[in-house]
Amino acid sequence: MTSTESSPKRELAYVQAINEGLTQLMRADPDIFLAGEDVALYGGVFGTSRGLLAEFGSDRVVDTPIAESGLLGLGLGAAATGLRPIIEIMFMDFMGVCMDEIVNQVAKMKYMFGGKAVLPLTIQTMSGGGTGMAAQHSQSLEAWFCHVPGLKVVMPSGPYEAKGLLVSAVRDDNPVIVANVKTILAHRAHVPEELYAIPLGKAHIVRPGSNFTIVATGRMVSESLTAADQLAAEGIDVEIVDPRTLQPLDIETIVTSVRKTHRALIAHEAVRFGGIGAEIAAQVQEEVFDYLDAPVGRVGAPFAPVPFSPPLEKLYVPNAGRIVAEVRRMLGR
Amino acid sequence: MDTDRDTLIDLYLRMVRIRTFEEQAGKLQEAGKVPGALHLYVGEEAVASGVMSHLSNEDQITSTHRGHGHLVAKGGDFKKMFAELYGRETGYCRGKGGSMHISDLDLGMLGANGIVGAGPPIAIGAAFSNKYRKTRNVTCCFFGDGASNEGTFHEAANMAALYRLPVVFVCENNGFGEFTRQERHQAIQDIADRASGYGMPGVVVDGMDVMAVYEAAGEAIERARRGEGPTLLECKTYRFFDHVGVRGMGVVYRDDSEVIEWRKRDPLVLFEARLLEMNTASAGELQQLRERVLFEVEEAIAFAEASPFPADSALLEDVYTVTGG
Repeated sequence: MTSTESSPKRELAYVQAINEGLTQLMRADPDIFLAGEDVALYGGVFGTSRGLLAEFGSDRVVDTPIAESGLLGLGLGAAATGLRPIIEIMFMDFMGVCMDEIVNQVAKMKYMFGGKAVLPLTIQTMSGGGTGMAAQHSQSLEAWFCHVPGLKVVMPSGPYEAKGLLVSAVRDDNPVIVANVKTILAHRAHVPEELYAIPLGKAHIVRPGSNFTIVATGRMVSESLTAADQLAAEGIDVEIVDPRTLQPLDIETIVTSVRKTHRALIAHEAVRFGGIGAEIAAQVQEEVFDYLDAPVGRVGAPFAPVPFSPPLEKLYVPNAGRIVAEVRRMLGR
Repeated sequence: MDTDRDTLIDLYLRMVRIRTFEEQAGKLQEAGKVPGALHLYVGEEAVASGVMSHLSNEDQITSTHRGHGHLVAKGGDFKKMFAELYGRETGYCRGKGGSMHISDLDLGMLGANGIVGAGPPIAIGAAFSNKYRKTRNVTCCFFGDGASNEGTFHEAANMAALYRLPVVFVCENNGFGEFTRQERHQAIQDIADRASGYGMPGVVVDGMDVMAVYEAAGEAIERARRGEGPTLLECKTYRFFDHVGVRGMGVVYRDDSEVIEWRKRDPLVLFEARLLEMNTASAGELQQLRERVLFEVEEAIAFAEASPFPADSALLEDVYTVTGG
C-alpha cells in the first residue's frame, strides 16, 4: 500500500472515492478509457463518473447505447488489442444481458489461446438491495462470477476500499469485476488523496476480536461492526474479516482468525444458497475443522427474488439485527 | 481487370492453402486421429481469401466456429494449426483451444469462436482500439447467416455505425445456420438489407467468385481506413461439407443434388479457369503450386503427430496473467 499521511482526516463518500479513483487513474494512463450507459454526459446514474467527460473528452469517456453485449465486447476487443478499458454495467442485474461476453469470452480467451491474450479489463457495476428498486435492480450476484475461472471479483465495503480496489482492478492485467454496493454510496470514511492500491487477494481485519469470527462482504461489513458493538456488551468479542477480494479468496487470513476464535459466521447480502458464504464455510471446515466449536454459520438473503414492498424488502435484506441473532443462536443464547 | 499477376496468384494460393488444409483435416477426423468437432470451410475459400489479401498483420479479424480458413488466409502456420487440432503442446494454443478456438494474436487473428455471434462485439472493440490509437488499421468481422440473427450482431452493427468504427462485417451466407436453411431461419434473402437499418452501406457479392469478393472487400476496407465507418458485405457462398465434419450421419436437411449443383461453381475451379484463360499461369504451374501446398500440409501433419501433448502442469497454467498488476 502506498498511502501516506498527506491529509489524514480527509473523508470522502464512497461515490466520491470511486470518482476520484477513476479520475486519477485516467490522468496517469492514456490507455484507460471508460465506456458505459450514461457515464459521460450524465456522469453515471450514481454520479461515479461526474466531471470525467469535461476533463478527458468523449474519446475516453464514452456514452454507449443500451446494449450490454456490444458494450462488453467493446471492452474485450479493446483490451485484447492493447488498451485498458473500464466498462460500466449500470446495475449488476444487467450482467445477465452480457453473460456470454463475460463468461464465455472475457474469462476464457486467455486460456483458450494458450496464454497469449492479456486482458486488462475492468467491469465495474453496482450491487445490492434496500433501495426499493425490486427484483431486477437489487441483486448481489458476485458468487456467479467467482465460480468462473479467469475472472477476479472484488467487493468494496467502504470508501477506502472503493478507491483502492478500483485502482488495483484497473492496473491488473486480468479481467476484474468490481461489485460496488449502491446502498452505501453515501458512507463516508478516510480516503487518501493520492493514488493508492489495495492488493487483490488480500483480506483485511476490520475489527480484531478474540472469540468469534464474522467474515463479511460489502455492506455486511458495516452491519457487522454494528452487530459487534451490541455483542460486546454480552461478552462476545467479535473479529471481523473483510475478504475485499472474493476471487481469488484469501482463505489464509480467514482460517487464521478462526483458529483463534473457534467460531465463524459468514454474512453477505446475496442469497444464502450457493452464495460465496457456502464456499468459505466449506473451506473453513476443510482447513480448521478441529478448531471449530460449532458448525460455521451463514447469514444471507432468503431464497426469493428481492421484493418491492418496503416491509418485505426490509425483511429480505440482511442487517446487523440478523447477524446478532445468528451469533446468539450459534452460541445457544 | 487490372489486378496484377502477383495478387492473382496470391489469391489462388490462399484458396489452395485453405482447401488443402481442410480436406486433409477432414480425412484426419474421419480416421479418428483428431479429437472433437471440426467445422470445415470447404466451398467458402473465396470469401476469406478475397478479404484477407487486403489485410496486414496489424489489421485484425474475428472469426467463427468455422475458423480454420480465416486463419490460413491470414497467414497461419500449418504446423501450429495441425498441432492445435491434435491437442499438442506445439499448437497455436498449446493444445488448450482446439479447432474452435484456434487463434494467432500476432497475426491479428482474434480467435475462432465456439459461440455463434460472439465475434461482432469483439470486432468493434478491436476497431475502437484502432481508432483510439489513431491508426489506419481495420478489423474484419466474419460471421454467418446464422449469426446474423444473434442480438450481438445487431448491437455491434449499431455501435460500429454510431461511432464510425473501422470495421467491415463480412457475412458468409452459406445458406444454413447449422442444419437450418436460411428461408427457415429468417424472412429476408439478403442480409445486406439490414445494413440500412444501422446506417451503413450493405453490399451483396458472389462469394464463389474470389475476384468479386476481392474488389468489394477492397472498397469496404479502404472506406474503413479513410475513417468513413463500417460496411456490411454479404458474400453468398455454400458449404460443400456438412456443418460438422465432412459428411455427417443421416443427412436429411439438403439433397446431394444441391451440393453437386453448387460444386459446379467451386470457387477454386472457377478461378483456375479464369487464370488459365487470362494466361496468368499455366496449368502446370498451378499444379506445381498445389503439390507444393499438399507437401507443406503433409509435413505439418507429421510435425503435429510427432509433437508432445501438454504436460499435466499445463492444466492450471494460463488461467490468469501473473505479471503486471
